[in-house]
Amino acid sequence: MTPSASNDLLPGFADPVFDAQSAFRATLDAMSYPGRVQTVPTSLATPEPLGIAAGSLALALFDFDTPVWLEPVLAEGPAAGYLRFHCGCPVVSGMGEARFALVNAASLPRLDNFGIGEDRYPDRSATLVIAVPSLTDGPGTRWTGPGIDGSIGVQIAGLPDDFWAQWADNRELYPQGIDVIFTCGKSLVGLPRTINVEA
Amino acid sequence: MSAVSAVQWDEAYNFAYLDEQTKRMIRRTILKAIAIPGYQVPFGGREMPLAYGWGTGGVQVTASVIGPDDTLKVIDQGADDTTNAVSIRRFFERVAGVETTETTEDADIIQTRHRIPEFPLREGQVLVYQVPQPEPLRKLEPRETETRKMHGYAEYGLMSVRLYEDIARYGHIATTYSYPVMVNGRYLMSPSPIPKFDNPKMENNPAIQLFGAGREKRIYAIPPYTQVKSLDFDDHPFKVQTWKECCALCGAKSSYLDEVILDDRGGRMFVCSDTNFCEDRRAKGHTGPLGADPAALAFAHKEPAQ
Ligand SMILES: [Zn+2]
Repeated sequence: MTPSASNDLLPGFADPVFDAQSAFRATLDAMSYPGRVQTVPTSLATPEPLGIAAGSLALALFDFDTPVWLEPVLAEGPAAGYLRFHCGCPVVSGMGEARFALVNAASLPRLDNFGIGEDRYPDRSATLVIAVPSLTDGPGTRWTGPGIDGSIGVQIAGLPDDFWAQWADNRELYPQGIDVIFTCGKSLVGLPRTINVEA
Repeated sequence: MSAVSAVQWDEAYNFAYLDEQTKRMIRRTILKAIAIPGYQVPFGGREMPLAYGWGTGGVQVTASVIGPDDTLKVIDQGADDTTNAVSIRRFFERVAGVETTETTEDADIIQTRHRIPEFPLREGQVLVYQVPQPEPLRKLEPRETETRKMHGYAEYGLMSVRLYEDIARYGHIATTYSYPVMVNGRYLMSPSPIPKFDNPKMENNPAIQLFGAGREKRIYAIPPYTQVKSLDFDDHPFKVQTWKECCALCGAKSSYLDEVILDDRGGRMFVCSDTNFCEDRRAKGHTGPLGADPAALAFAHKEPAQ
């Protein structure tokens, strides 16, 4: 480990084994119970504007096998170096190649830029980690699908006006399609491709 | 932090045995499996230095999910005290230092071979199945490229033909284990060799169900509250096994029963396959026709015949 590369490189998980496990479990719960707010129990100093939940998820899941696309603010800031150093993940310039993307609701690219997998391998698709200003104060939506007992009301804030129309198009591709995890601070909400959303 | 530092495990190993890179890969695989219910997600990775019959797929999934504060239960054909269940429980006590239990309600993670517990599971619990053969179509089509294609285009006519041949030959669907299901209306899935008695428990279960196949390197999943339909026909609807007898020890009328031979003169009894369920009922005062018979109680703890 050489300190010369960057003096302001922040440390990763205090405990790489247990912090990765707890971040993964919060993500598993988020994807298994879509629409419910989960919280990562880790304390992590992440480079701005990368949030704690998004950063923890990255440290827990990214490595040299996962090409990652970063929105320009992250790609040009200290986050890119932080992720390269702690995860060893390739940061790619083409959205279509990415297995994960770290993006912000305010500058969200169209969902159809990202990989949806193949008909025989629908798992080879992108997971978008979208930072939002709030997971509970946005416009009301009603979600149904696997992981939801009946239906659940969800209020994600800050998404583009046509986001749910794009989501409906993604939903049509099932079993192919992208999966989404919304993050805000230490909290996250999962939106797997199976979920039907009434906006 | 304090809970974490209190955990004691054999530090010759990484926590929960697997290295962190393997865990990351399996964790990513699990998340995609949850996103595509019933679809078999392939994963790469190295060989586990464990014999395959031992449940390596289940062990890899459990090792990637488990944390220091989790309590683990391991069952084999419903019993906590069989060789396979005891070995896996001891393995995780040693390499992860976790608490273990035989009580279904107290477990955060339940690793199972061949049964789903009788007690209803709750939200947040994770049921990990050991899967010897993940591909429900394998006996009908040996080529992986072909079965991938069938899943890709949801061409499942072959399976219906096979079940219908059962009906033509036996007058009913003769399959009693690994009875195929459709998950979320899209993927045909093998429930692992559980009795078809357990199939209805998979549907709309509040718990997370994960399936690990070690030799074939696949993981698949049923998220909570998901539609799981056992294949059947309008004129031959799916039916679970029933017994005329109740459990000889606890008197349960709605549990899955194993036949136990009591002596060499033809004496036999039926007892709950789920030992924790049966013991809990007896502790609460329920009793069956042989509930006070010492010979019957002694036999109850033997492993059921395969
Ligand atoms: Zn019983």
